[in-house]
Order: sequence, then C-alpha cells, then structure tokens
Amino acid sequence: MNESEARSLLEIADDELILGWRDSEWTGIAPLLEEDVAFSSIAQNEIGHARALYELVAGEQGTTADELAFDRAPEEYRCTRLVELRLLDWEKTIARHYLYEQADAARLEQLKQSDDAEIAGLAAKIDREEAYHRMHAQMWFDRLKDEPRFTAALDELRPLLDAGRDEHSPELAELWVEMTMVRRSQPAGTAW
Amino acid sequence: MIYEIFRQERKGQPFHHAGSLEAANHDFAEQYAKEFYGRRGESEALWVVPREAIIEVDEFVDELKRNYHRVDGYSLKEKLRRARERVGSALVARDR
Amino acid sequence: MTEREQSFLEYVQSGGQVEATDWMPDDYRAKLIKFIEMHGNSELMGVLPEREWILRAPTLQRKLALTAKVQDEVGHSQLIYRVVEDLGKPREQCLDDLISGKAKFHNVFHYPTKTWGDVGVIAWLVDAAAIISQKALLKCSYAPYARIMKKICWEESFHILHGRDVVLTLMNGTDAQRELVQEAVDRWWGPLMQFHGNPIAKDEDPMYVWRIKSQGNEEARQQFLDGYVPQIWELGLTVPDADLRKNDDGVWEYTEPDWDELRSVVTGHGPKSQDRLDLRRKARESSAWVRQVVLAEAA
Repeated sequence: MNESEARSLLEIADDELILGWRDSEWTGIAPLLEEDVAFSSIAQNEIGHARALYELVAGEQGTTADELAFDRAPEEYRCTRLVELRLLDWEKTIARHYLYEQADAARLEQLKQSDDAEIAGLAAKIDREEAYHRMHAQMWFDRLKDEPRFTAALDELRPLLDAGRDEHSPELAELWVEMTMVRRSQPAGTAW
Repeated sequence: MIYEIFRQERKGQPFHHAGSLEAANHDFAEQYAKEFYGRRGESEALWVVPREAIIEVDEFVDELKRNYHRVDGYSLKEKLRRARERVGSALVARDR
Repeated sequence: MTEREQSFLEYVQSGGQVEATDWMPDDYRAKLIKFIEMHGNSELMGVLPEREWILRAPTLQRKLALTAKVQDEVGHSQLIYRVVEDLGKPREQCLDDLISGKAKFHNVFHYPTKTWGDVGVIAWLVDAAAIISQKALLKCSYAPYARIMKKICWEESFHILHGRDVVLTLMNGTDAQRELVQEAVDRWWGPLMQFHGNPIAKDEDPMYVWRIKSQGNEEARQQFLDGYVPQIWELGLTVPDADLRKNDDGVWEYTEPDWDELRSVVTGHGPKSQDRLDLRRKARESSAWVRQVVLAEAA
C-alpha cells in the first residue's frame, strides 16, 4: 500500500465513520419503528466498514483502528462536509443517504479494481453490504421523490459532494468533542 | 399493511411463524423482515406474506367420531397380548 | 362473572393458552392491552437513556454493540405494539397515550444516565431484572405475546453479555473507571429494588389471576437478588443497603424499597420523565409527515 492508497482509504473510512455516527443519531427516534431498526443497521454497517478500512491502514502504520477513529484531532479527519452535518430532518437524511450511496458506489467500483488484493477484497465485501443500502435509499427515493421538501433537500446537499475534504464544518468539531469525551476522560491507552 | 413473517432457521427445517410487521408495500416489507428476523444471521430464509392473503381455518367438525384415521382409533395393545398368548400356547403344544 | 367467563378463567388457570382470534372476556382483553402496552412503552422509552451514549461510546466495538442493543429495544417495542394492535388498540393510539402522559412506562427509564458506568450497569443489572420478568412471560396465557417473548429473551441475553463485558472492563481498569461502576450501582440500586413492584400477594394481582403474569412480584425480586447480588459482590462492588443479606432459609432480606418514589416516578414525576416524553413528542411531531406519505399507499 503506497501513501496515496492509504490516504484514499482513510478518506473513505472517515466518511463511513462520520456518516455512521450521524445516522446512529436516528436510533430510537426514527419516523417509524420498522425504519428505526433498518436505519440502525445501516449505521452499524457504515461503522463496520470504517473499522475494516482503518484496520487495513492501521496495520501499515503501526496503530489501531480505534486510534485512527478517535485519537486524531478534528482537523485531521478527511471526511466530506456532506457526512458531517447534523441532519435531524428525515428528508435531508434520506437525501444525504441517496447522494452518498451513489457516490460511494462509484468509488467502491474503482477500489475493487485495485492491484492490492487485500484492498480489492475488502472493497468487494463492503460493496455487497452497500448494495442493500442502495436498495434502501432507492426505495425511499421512490417514495419521497414527489415531496417538495425532499427535492429541495437534494438540491441543497448535492453541491457538498464536491466540496473537498480540507475544510470542515463546525459540526464536525462538535461531534468530535462528543464522540471522544468518554475516551479522553482517561489516559491514552486505557481499555474501555 | 400488515405482513406475517415465517422463518426457517436452518436448511431443511420447516418454516415457523416468527411475527408480524407493518410496511407500506412489498419492498419495504422485504427490507424490514430481513432486519427484524435476520440481522443476527438467525434465519436461513423468510416467507413474507400479506396478512390478508392468509386463509385461516380453525374448525374441524367430527360429530360422528370417525377415529379410524387417527391413532386413538386403534387399540392394538390388548389384541397383541391375546395374539401372543395364542402363539405361546401353540409353541407349548408343539414342544410336547 | 358469566358461566362462559368462569370457564375461560378456569381454562387459563389450568395452563390453557388463547389466540388472537379466540373469544375472550372483555376484562381479560382490557388487562392484556394495559399490561402489554406498558411493556411496549417501556421498551420504547428504555431506548432514550442509553441512546444518549451511542454518540459517546469510547471504542468502535462498544459503539456497534450499544447501537445494536438500542436497535433491539426499538425492535421489541415494534413486536409488542403489534400484539397490542391485534388486540384492538392501534399503535398510533398507544404512542399518543404515551406522549400525553396517559400511559405508563417502567420506573427505571425515568432516571438520568450520567456516566459511561451507567451504560454498563443498565445493560447488566436493569436488563437482568427485566429478563426475569420477561422469562416469566414465556408462559403467558395469551399465546401471541408468549411467542414473541422468546425472541425478546433471546436478544436480551446479548445485552447482559454486553453489560457484563463493559462492567468487567471498567473493573479491570483505572481507579476512576472502577469508581464509575460503583457510583452507578449506588444510584441504580433503589430503582432496581422497586423494579418488580410492591410485594402484592400473587392471588390478589389481577395480572396473575388471568395468568398474564406467571409469577408474583416478590418472587421475581428474590430471583434477581439471588442471581445478581453474588455477582456484584464478587467484583468487589458494594450494594448500598446495610441490611441486605441472605437468610438461612434462602430468602433475601433487604431494606423496604421506597414505594412512594415508585408511585411518583411512574406517574411521570421522575427526574427525567418530562424531558424524555418531550423528546418523544418532538420526534413524533417532526416526522408525522413521513408516516403520512409512507403509509398513504398502505391505507
């Protein structure tokens, strides 16, 4: 794995981590109980993908998945602005879900062609789970496509797909404070 | 719409009723059934059936006690005992 | 009681089970709805105290396990509300009654979760107390409820594992981590002792008379103490009750739980009752349009 490969794996891992963290905010308060359970699974899958990707990079860099996920400064994360936003409106959540899954599919397709067998293998595994996320996103898209608030959300969020990864929103820093607060309460290396 | 879910735990086993859920249409029902009854890998396969498609039959009239096609229609024990006794006496007679 | 009702009562008392489409006395149906609805409410409200810590879970593994646990509980509430719905009370009405404060939910879900220690102690001890009640419901006279209880108990067993693992990790950790557990046990002990309800005699408990429940309140509490106090003690943790001990006859003696607190808490006067109901109310209002759009075709 060369440096640019590691960098692009970290980008994907950070996207999946932060999106999974955001999606899990719906756990317990989603619009329908059935959907609550379904969306929780999606959040868990995304975090599972992040973990597998971090592990691959961590093996090269002599660190751990948890350290990569939690112990970097907020400005070191390489996620896109799209996943950082705290969106507790269902129409925006589904719009993001739909946009993200499309972009993610293209990215995974490329990764599956990697010369590195480990990377290609993991990408294929992740893609098999993402296929269900795409079905889920499509199902909701079909359901909401005539709702003005949903189409407005798509228009609002679409530009963020190309917003780059160097600038972060203040919401990421806020999320970071919350997601690391227990971990930071004890010296580094403490088991949890 | 209410869907009834039937779950097969392992290949070759019968499907058992697992529960029900509410979904807008078949697509949602399929996704939700998978989440509710398969997310821990506890199922081999599911049947997802709209409740209204199920025809329930719960009355079985048998006023005249036609028991010849049931276990309780046959009392073999007593007959077997008598049959054995006859053989036993025949054996005794032959040995003599 | 009519003759038909009397023979129904004898039927359930001799271990008979009832299906959704069977005839049943109105009183039985009403008691079932009340009992099962409260169980559904409790699962749904029980999501909220732990949900706050999903965002703060300190490792990826804990994050995944806690999300999965909360997810299970939402799933349980769905299963349970379905049973209530088939008895004649729609889920939407249950949720309306819940957020208006008309319907009740279990005492333990009215308290705040203050530290990561609570996450371990809730999953270990609160879930242990709950699983004792739920296992007894496997024999419920109402068969559809008894059946879903199998799945629920199976899933709860993972929660206890998760809880024990969190607690054991903390107990093997720094002094501050150990203190998190002790402080959480101290705070949760009172609500835990109230959890199974006042020691009303079995035969005076209408839920037992109809064989909706299959054990009395005190029986459940004794089972909890017998199973879990030794587990608490063996970790070097203490229980904040100087009078707690097991007598020679095997019965646990303890300081009388605060029944006034229990009554006040379950009627919506707990430290977090109103905050949690507010959160539920807001979530429900802001997503009402989704249910309208999604369920339109189904109607």
